[in-house]
Amino acid sequence: MADLTTDFLGIKSPNPFWLASAPPTDKEYNVRRAYEAGWGGVVWKTLGMEGPPVVNVNGPRYGVIHGADRRVLGLNNIELITDRDLQTNLDEITRVKADYPDRALIVSIMVPCEEQAWKDILPLVEATGADGIELNFGCPHGMSERGMGAAVGQVPEYIEMVTRWCKQYYSKPVIVKLTPNITDVRLPAAAARRGGADAVSLINTINSVISVNLDTMSPEPSIDGKGSHGGYCGPAVKPIALSMVSEIARAPATAGLPISGIGGVTTWRDAAEFITLGCGNVQVCTAAMTYGFKVVQEMISGLSEWMDEKGHTSIQDFMGAAVPNTTDWQYLNLNYVAKASINQDDCISCGRCFAACEDTSHQAIAMSDDRTFSVIEEECVACNLCVEVCPIEDCITMVPMDAGSTDPRTGKVVEKDYANWTMHPNNPAATAAE
Amino acid sequence: MPDTTFDPGIKAARLEPQAYEENFSDLHPALGGHEAMVAADRCYFCHDAPCITACPTDIDIPLFIRQIATGTPDAAAKTILSQNIMGGMCARVCPTEQLCEQACVRELAEGKPVLIGQLQRYATDHLQAQGIHPFVRAEATGKRVAVVGAGPAGLSAAHRLAMLGHDVVVYDTRAKAGGLNEYGIATYKTPDGFAQGEVDWLLKIGGITIETGRALGPDLTLETLKAEFDAVFLGMGLGGVNALGVEGEDKDGVLDAVDFIAELRQASDVAQVPIGRDVVVIGGGMTAVDAAVQAKLLGALNVTLVYRRGRDRMNASPFEQDLAASKGVRIVTHASPKAVHGNGAVREIEFDYVGEDMTPSGQTLRLPADQVFKAIGQTLEGDGLPTIERGKIVVDANGRTSVQGIWAGGDCASGGDDLTVTAVAEGRDAAMDIHLILSGSV
Repeated sequence: MADLTTDFLGIKSPNPFWLASAPPTDKEYNVRRAYEAGWGGVVWKTLGMEGPPVVNVNGPRYGVIHGADRRVLGLNNIELITDRDLQTNLDEITRVKADYPDRALIVSIMVPCEEQAWKDILPLVEATGADGIELNFGCPHGMSERGMGAAVGQVPEYIEMVTRWCKQYYSKPVIVKLTPNITDVRLPAAAARRGGADAVSLINTINSVISVNLDTMSPEPSIDGKGSHGGYCGPAVKPIALSMVSEIARAPATAGLPISGIGGVTTWRDAAEFITLGCGNVQVCTAAMTYGFKVVQEMISGLSEWMDEKGHTSIQDFMGAAVPNTTDWQYLNLNYVAKASINQDDCISCGRCFAACEDTSHQAIAMSDDRTFSVIEEECVACNLCVEVCPIEDCITMVPMDAGSTDPRTGKVVEKDYANWTMHPNNPAATAAE
Repeated sequence: MPDTTFDPGIKAARLEPQAYEENFSDLHPALGGHEAMVAADRCYFCHDAPCITACPTDIDIPLFIRQIATGTPDAAAKTILSQNIMGGMCARVCPTEQLCEQACVRELAEGKPVLIGQLQRYATDHLQAQGIHPFVRAEATGKRVAVVGAGPAGLSAAHRLAMLGHDVVVYDTRAKAGGLNEYGIATYKTPDGFAQGEVDWLLKIGGITIETGRALGPDLTLETLKAEFDAVFLGMGLGGVNALGVEGEDKDGVLDAVDFIAELRQASDVAQVPIGRDVVVIGGGMTAVDAAVQAKLLGALNVTLVYRRGRDRMNASPFEQDLAASKGVRIVTHASPKAVHGNGAVREIEFDYVGEDMTPSGQTLRLPADQVFKAIGQTLEGDGLPTIERGKIVVDANGRTSVQGIWAGGDCASGGDDLTVTAVAEGRDAAMDIHLILSGSV
């Protein structure tokens, strides 16, 4: 069986599945249950500075986008950092870490952008014996209005400055958690690296209004008739997270910086995808909040089975494997030609491919009187929409054309050699360069 | 167990009182809100969906299911009812497993179609429970149309005509409107007065007068109707019942299944409907199954449904055959009635086992019987009707008969397959054709 243990910044954990800093990791009771269920690590819910704790709303904190059968696709929340006393949290962290030395335990921190505030809290956290800290520069709601969370993460200079303080006053690994509510995630990541961060973790939640109540005219979740934007997470945000992770993994200024991947990890497959884009582990929240801690058992068994099938003996074997294949559009091979192909044995004749192609794409699917659907190769641009709207997986596939054959749509022979936009005659820049 | 349970003869109250309520309650209980959402989620919203093609009334099924899924069941109901004004009844009695649900692509994909019938019921019940009638009449045309028969075909035609602005008088021989919906369908398919409730709801359109207790005959001739109305629609169904044509058929206890079903439907207390200990039903259609199953539900110990051909030739759908079997009805095939035995009342019935060509094999079967229900088909009754072929009034695709100004639809007319939903479609389409003629469009 594949070895799932990870060594992230020198922090060992039996598997790459950590619970993200969030409601599931708010207190000792939950964290012990998480470890018992099999989670490899936990990032303790964000601690604030000493003094009266923050207060949360006393109405609903969550809103959801549902898919079929009320599957949770996207979750948003307006909960703040821990609303429990700092010392209580510290005592619990100390106890839990002592009892679970083989599991990773990271402490998330968010205090004001003042050196003294960090200087005060870091020794207290260090004394707990936790394995590292994660700087919460990401929460987009509530705390950001007070100059913390995403308000810091949106200013690279602040990230660099605070990270530097942490490296100065704390001896163990420092992970900087990034907000996606920026235009270019590479800049805050680079700032974290300049400040001495050992790793970045991303993404934190995305600014969101999950829905509007059409009876009360209030955004949801509604607190006495008013709503506020929250932080969006869950399966729906995974593509955004994968993109941001890949940008950091590819950019020269940040390449090689360890990444803890966060954003919609729901199954083992999601986790594997994050790891192939350069993540050393993943953090999970919404899946646990939807299904409970037991969901990690599927993640462990699934990742293990897949690794065995592929012959990967360790996480390192495939970590970053997809990074070299992540490129800019301009470098995609324009000589690669594919055509949709419908497997008539699998087809259930729902006609969704036809409706999608006929109404919204290239009129490249024909429908017969007996509801047989076939591809018109003269029209098919291989857009993939039919593949994605077909309810039967793999019923429609994209089949590459062999080099030397003629594309019936363009009448051109499919070239064997790679050629991209930078070389294309229609590209004014390419022409000018010649 | 009551003392009467094993008694021979024809007796009421063979079961404990609470058993009747259980036995005659809804065959398919209504979907709850959550169940409806789960079921609706499964619809793929197919292009030019096969289920629509399979529906005799062409209901836009993917659209109404999407309307349910998005929380607007009343809009869904309007989608259904605009094509099929008796969508509520059809949701209960349609052989969906042979129509829309058989065509559902998820039947092909998984052997489990979307629950179209039950979703249709969810939507129509939702609307009708609020007493909402979503259609309004067009400006009055001043035209008057007579409809003979207040069953599915007649009421469907009447509603459409009324909606288009015509005034309609519906004549029916029975005491209540509804036709087979009221008198001819098993109680457990439409309990709690649904059929009458649907008629009342349908009539909210206005412009329809129902005259019960009036059949075509000396007091109500076709000639009079033709003279007094601008158009006539015949939808009186099949009033006669075929005879067995065997010795002893006149003995006590040999009854028409349709009368038994009607008696049950009209009974205020089904426990008071007497039933034999040993019951034999002859026939292979829905009426035979409805009679056999209900005989069993009333407490008959032994119910045998005897059909002269193979199961594959039975008009009752496989679902209905399975339902009968699951209720304990024994189905005997390839047996043709030979004689009814008994001294005054039936005691036994004798059958010839026959081959596919109805040739007696020489082997016979004798079954004890306190009651025999005949369900071997109904016939058209009446004189002076338009041209009749093979026992039905000949109509064209628009429901026009051989007589100008007279249309027909439902079981009394040619075409169709004797289903409620087909009758509704024929009534609706004939109404549209009548409207075209009356408005001078053709």
